[in-house]
Amino acid sequence: MAKPGLDGHDRGAKVIARALRDAGMEVIYTGLRQTPEMIVNAALQEDVQVIGLSILSGAHNAIVPRVLELLREKEMTDVMVIVGGIVPDEDAAALKRLGVAAVFQPGASLDAIVTFIKGAVPA
Amino acid sequence: MKTADREFTTISGVPVEPVYAPGDFQNPAPGEFPYTRGIHRDMYRGKLWTMRQFSGFATPEETNLRYHYLLAQGQTGLSVAFDLPTLMGYDADHALSEGEVGKCGAPISSLEDMEILFRGIPLGDVSVSMTINSPASVLWAMYLAVAEQQNVPWARLSGTLQNDILKEYIAQKEYIYPPRASMRLVTDTIEFGALHTPKFNPVSISGYHIREAGSTAVQELAFTLRDGIEYVDWALERGLAIDDFAPRLSFFFNAHSDFFEEIAKYRAARKIWAHVMRERYGAQSERSLKLRFHAQTAGCSLTWQQPYNNVVRTALQAMAAVLGGAQSLHTNSLDEAYALPGEHAVTIALRTQQVLAYESGVTNVADPLGGSYFLEKLTLDSESAANDYIRRIDEMGGMIAAIEAGFPQTEIASASYRYQREIESGARTIVGVNRFQSAVFQSDAEPIELLHVDEAGGRRQTAKLAALRARRDNGNVQKTLDALRRAAEGTQNTMPLLLDAVRAYATLGEICDALRGVFGTYRETPHI
Repeated sequence: MAKPGLDGHDRGAKVIARALRDAGMEVIYTGLRQTPEMIVNAALQEDVQVIGLSILSGAHNAIVPRVLELLREKEMTDVMVIVGGIVPDEDAAALKRLGVAAVFQPGASLDAIVTFIKGAVPA
Repeated sequence: MKTADREFTTISGVPVEPVYAPGDFQNPAPGEFPYTRGIHRDMYRGKLWTMRQFSGFATPEETNLRYHYLLAQGQTGLSVAFDLPTLMGYDADHALSEGEVGKCGAPISSLEDMEILFRGIPLGDVSVSMTINSPASVLWAMYLAVAEQQNVPWARLSGTLQNDILKEYIAQKEYIYPPRASMRLVTDTIEFGALHTPKFNPVSISGYHIREAGSTAVQELAFTLRDGIEYVDWALERGLAIDDFAPRLSFFFNAHSDFFEEIAKYRAARKIWAHVMRERYGAQSERSLKLRFHAQTAGCSLTWQQPYNNVVRTALQAMAAVLGGAQSLHTNSLDEAYALPGEHAVTIALRTQQVLAYESGVTNVADPLGGSYFLEKLTLDSESAANDYIRRIDEMGGMIAAIEAGFPQTEIASASYRYQREIESGARTIVGVNRFQSAVFQSDAEPIELLHVDEAGGRRQTAKLAALRARRDNGNVQKTLDALRRAAEGTQNTMPLLLDAVRAYATLGEICDALRGVFGTYRETPHI
């Protein structure tokens, strides 16, 4: 679970990280102000199956494609990327076309997120 | 679930009885110590709260237009929102600013941008609040320099600098330097303000963000006031006399959804602070004892689903703030779960305040809900619970120690998780989200004209910076930065050196980098 860019609003990321742990997943929370490089490196080191990006600042169109690009460069395309935060519908559609597996907009339930990840990732 | 089985609580989990009866509640009148019922005898009959919409986006030019629009629509004070790069002390052309310029507020990288921001706005006549924390003293120096250009004496300036760094470590997370260095910078502004800007509030000690991060009402109240105590201690340590600066300490609370809990919170805040000032600090001036606050309706309560419901939420929350005696108020726009406020949406938000002020009649009486059995009980209980927290933090060695131990952060994380679980289980209803959903009224079926901020502003700011750096006297800039660095390394008040640097058109990033070199930067240990 990563907070990319300058955005410091971490309530959602922390609540979801805890919910995922409660659901039996191993979760690493990167903390704030991560660059795409730092996030992908952490994912590589920790050998994660999913990267969750929490972005409320409107910077998703600059940040998310960069993360996807780095994953391609490092041949980590088997890592699933999900995004949560303030992402308008058109941008969400575009991000999915680029390879993001799901975009969770405000009001998304913890249950829906847990169910999605469990369904998409082998245990 | 049967009514008999269900537990009824406030949104913060405080149990609530079905009905309240007369109790032993004796409160002095509004305007009398400890000001539970309000800080003025006549409250809004004498003067309405300031209608002050937090605003900023894309570029200083576009933000300036919005300010003129809002003032023309009847708002009575300005409130500046800065973008994330500015909040974090980065210029618009910094590598980390990419994709972020103008997205959350106005980008201000130098005095030139500040001049544009306030073009045509007489700073001697219009009160200005600036929501800025880590680099607050830098932006304040820019504002003071613009006032100079307008030939407005600093003694005439009215406004507020948020400049509450403690809540950044606790909740909003827009910190740059470590806590003690940051507290030194805040104390510099309090000291400078006491000498030069008697009508300006150098700090706005904030609970809003603590609440937005998911705290309960009592935690918001307690952590805010305890932060205030920490600032007072540091100012006294600096050698200032309590009555020289305490009158200009201001506060900022959330106006959340549980109507009575919020009103009780504001009343308890005034009561606690008055006692703290008199008994803990021996303040003599009545102005030191009176807690003044700005309120903002709860951003975290706004929904993506059925956004027009947000107009109703905001109206109820605004009413709570007014019945609670706020001095200044911002009302959220209906579209803020999607974007920064569009012009139509922000107009409705401002009209909400105006309807409240001119049509509802609640302004005719000070503390009109005083004497409500429920409200008085809730006020007492809030006061008591908050004082417990304050005592606990005192025992930990103060707020900085508590922050280093992760105490307020963990309390907030637990409260926010518990709240989310209540929504998940359906124990707590959020209209339109987990109940009363409507397939018909999703966002795209009720189009709202959303504000879009693209990358053009960022490119424009970058070009402006390049031109600025080319035409200014770079030797002079370097001199001012060196002098600032020396002051920062010592114990001199940094404000005069910051003023020299901004007048020389040193950029925000250059100034903050100079300070980063001296103070270092802070990295938090995350608490989930």
